[in-house]
Amino acid sequence: MPGFDFSNHNRNLALHAKGVPLPKATSTGTTIVGALYDGGVVIAADTRATSGPIVADKNCEKLHYIAPQIWCAGAGTAADTEFTTALMSSNLELHSLSTGRKPRVVTVMTMLKQHLFRYQGHIGAYLVVAGCDPTGAHLFTVHAHGSTDKLPYVTMGSGSLAAMSVFETQWKPNLTRDEAVKLCANAIEAGIFNDLGSGSNVDVCVITKDNTQLMRNYLTPNTREKKMRDYKFQRGTTAVLNEKIITKEDITKYVTVQDMGDGEPGVGEKMEVDA
Amino acid sequence: MNHFPVGWGRPRDDVYGAYNPSYLPQSHGGTQANPITHTQSPIVTGTSVLAIKYKDGVVIAADNLASYGSLARFTDVKRLKQFNRKAVVGFGGDVSDMQYLDRLLNSLDVEENYGGDAPAESGPHMSAKNLHAYLSKVMYKRRSDFNPLWNAMLVAGLDESDKPFLAYADLLGTTYSSPSLATGFGAHLAQPIMRRAVPNEAASRELSKEQAVECIKECMKVLFYRDARSMPVYSIAVIDGKGVDLKEDEKLENQSWAFAEQIRGYGTQTV
Amino acid sequence: MAAMMQSAMPTSEPGYSFSQAPQSVAGGPRQHGFYPYTDNGGTTLGITGSDFAVLAGDTRSTSGYNINSRYAPKLFKIGGTGSANEGARIVLSVVGFAADGNALKERLDTVVKMYKFQHNKEMSVHACAQRLSHILYNKRFFPYYVHAILGGLDENGVGALYSYDPVGSYERETCRSAGAASSLITPFLDNQVNLKNQYDPTSGSGLEKVTKAPQPLSRQTVEELVTDSFTSAAERQIEVGDGLQMFIITKDGIEEKYMELKKD
Repeated sequence: MPGFDFSNHNRNLALHAKGVPLPKATSTGTTIVGALYDGGVVIAADTRATSGPIVADKNCEKLHYIAPQIWCAGAGTAADTEFTTALMSSNLELHSLSTGRKPRVVTVMTMLKQHLFRYQGHIGAYLVVAGCDPTGAHLFTVHAHGSTDKLPYVTMGSGSLAAMSVFETQWKPNLTRDEAVKLCANAIEAGIFNDLGSGSNVDVCVITKDNTQLMRNYLTPNTREKKMRDYKFQRGTTAVLNEKIITKEDITKYVTVQDMGDGEPGVGEKMEVDA
Repeated sequence: MNHFPVGWGRPRDDVYGAYNPSYLPQSHGGTQANPITHTQSPIVTGTSVLAIKYKDGVVIAADNLASYGSLARFTDVKRLKQFNRKAVVGFGGDVSDMQYLDRLLNSLDVEENYGGDAPAESGPHMSAKNLHAYLSKVMYKRRSDFNPLWNAMLVAGLDESDKPFLAYADLLGTTYSSPSLATGFGAHLAQPIMRRAVPNEAASRELSKEQAVECIKECMKVLFYRDARSMPVYSIAVIDGKGVDLKEDEKLENQSWAFAEQIRGYGTQTV
Repeated sequence: MAAMMQSAMPTSEPGYSFSQAPQSVAGGPRQHGFYPYTDNGGTTLGITGSDFAVLAGDTRSTSGYNINSRYAPKLFKIGGTGSANEGARIVLSVVGFAADGNALKERLDTVVKMYKFQHNKEMSVHACAQRLSHILYNKRFFPYYVHAILGGLDENGVGALYSYDPVGSYERETCRSAGAASSLITPFLDNQVNLKNQYDPTSGSGLEKVTKAPQPLSRQTVEELVTDSFTSAAERQIEVGDGLQMFIITKDGIEEKYMELKKD
């Protein structure tokens, strides 16, 4: 059977009635914005993902790919924004292949609102949809319940009011590309510094009729300073009760082992570790 | 685990009947003692109050609207109250509680000035800091009695050494101070704008009166655009060493609705 | 799936012994709720040494997702003279509901000042700590919603730190963190101050290994640990940030240090 699996619904209702709390979803308590300008559209997002008062990801990506020239900024439940945009991206690709035309922003917007309306807000995706197609540059917001808006500048997420305060004081008609990028980045920064749900860096995406430029970490106003102390433990700090050595030769029976050499460290070793 | 007697380790309801909760208060399904039935929530309300400190004083503003739910009920309610020549209080929240506090503060002012041999103009004045301490204790006492005064307010003025003073107090007795402050919707929409002008105390010592007034006016405009319980007529007060300059019938200037021109529908509409 | 949806829905009727009886009578009068507390976020931390005590707290005040103020101290000098508490040797830190924290601070401060007027000597930290416990327990059924930490020097000049729950249960400790990021900072302190889960690398092997014994830390080490605790907490706890205030209590008095934390 296609669609979502509801088989645990009754059990969960009974548990909830007994006072078992709902599991906490990672939400991108977020600031996302978008603005149209002469010749294209800009969207931007902060990069903090939270789970309650805890920062789950300090540098997550909230700008989602839909089509080469259509991108989406997502706020709300992280999984919902991720899966909904991926679903739209996939369906739009098929649609575009079937019609032999470039995908249009109104198509995504309509697919999104119809999908979200069907689920009556239970899919917690709050999106800013932007892109360029043969009919021009477009900017929309889509709420989780399925309503949409079409405006020259938009904001969403927990930092939407902070960001809107920037647009309401600094926006003017017929912006240039650079002005639009700067305005959107400013709006995100207002969210980062005034809304606890938003933080870390600014991601920006500029879409014109000819190309798309994704500027990941366009601004990094919150880099961590060096720690005062060194927290590397001396070898032998942890007691070893049992030791078993598995050699490279042993393990090659099960997996392929690739020697990285002495030069480039492996992905795992690139993690931030104290010197 | 919860400690309700029904929650654990008692005989089965289907064999021995349901738990008899009659000894519990009515709020918990019992029959004991009646709950308080008079309303404990605001009725006629005022929205945001904004204020910003600058190098010689403080600028404070609030619009003149008192709402009755979503109805714009009274359109000439003055929410900035001058206490003396050193302090102004801006009230948000319940208007009747504001009027009670206004009366309380007036009687306090009268009492403070009674019997002093110094003329009122030069005599020792209660500073804004003293007033804030008094107000916040009234608020905290009332919340501790479970009978709160449903307000959020800003006290703006000068402290005992005539330096700019600005602080917040609300129905819970919570207090804090900052170079710029806003209550209600203003905390979301105006505070980001004001913090750009005065990110810290040092910046507020550099800000001129003109810049401060301009910033507040800009914020009032944004609030009128975006706060559905606001109006474009407002009061604004400047408190500095020269005293209080209170204007109670200011109108928003240079509104811009340029964005509205190009809007066509909300989705696929093009005409 | 249709069949599954038709199975009996749970009801609020008393049926099985685990079901709750209705908690309120429908239609009857209901008291309107006024909740007298709020959480103003932030975190505090105290560590002692052989001749000093350090108390620290971030300076952010929050309500919900909003920042009330970037500088609202949670550390208060107790005793001394005048409203500036000159000459004080005791520091109280409070985190939780700021209005209660303020009221608690004012009461304790008054008590310590009155003590000096009545007995013509400074109140000891030990006595002050017990008095604080009583003030908290006095409001057992309408508590001060705060986690308090009290710091000073004891009669031997050794750093003394007392930590409290909201209703007055207290304990003298060498190290304690409270508030929003306490669950993040406490394990770090267990490991770095009390050397938990650390064995002496030079001792035997396996079960013969000896655990490292905690030693009194130097003032500089403590200050560094405090700074790292707060910069790290500011990374991962949204309610922690803006500024770090530190009070170092020594025989010469109370030294204050302030540094900026991240503002996002």
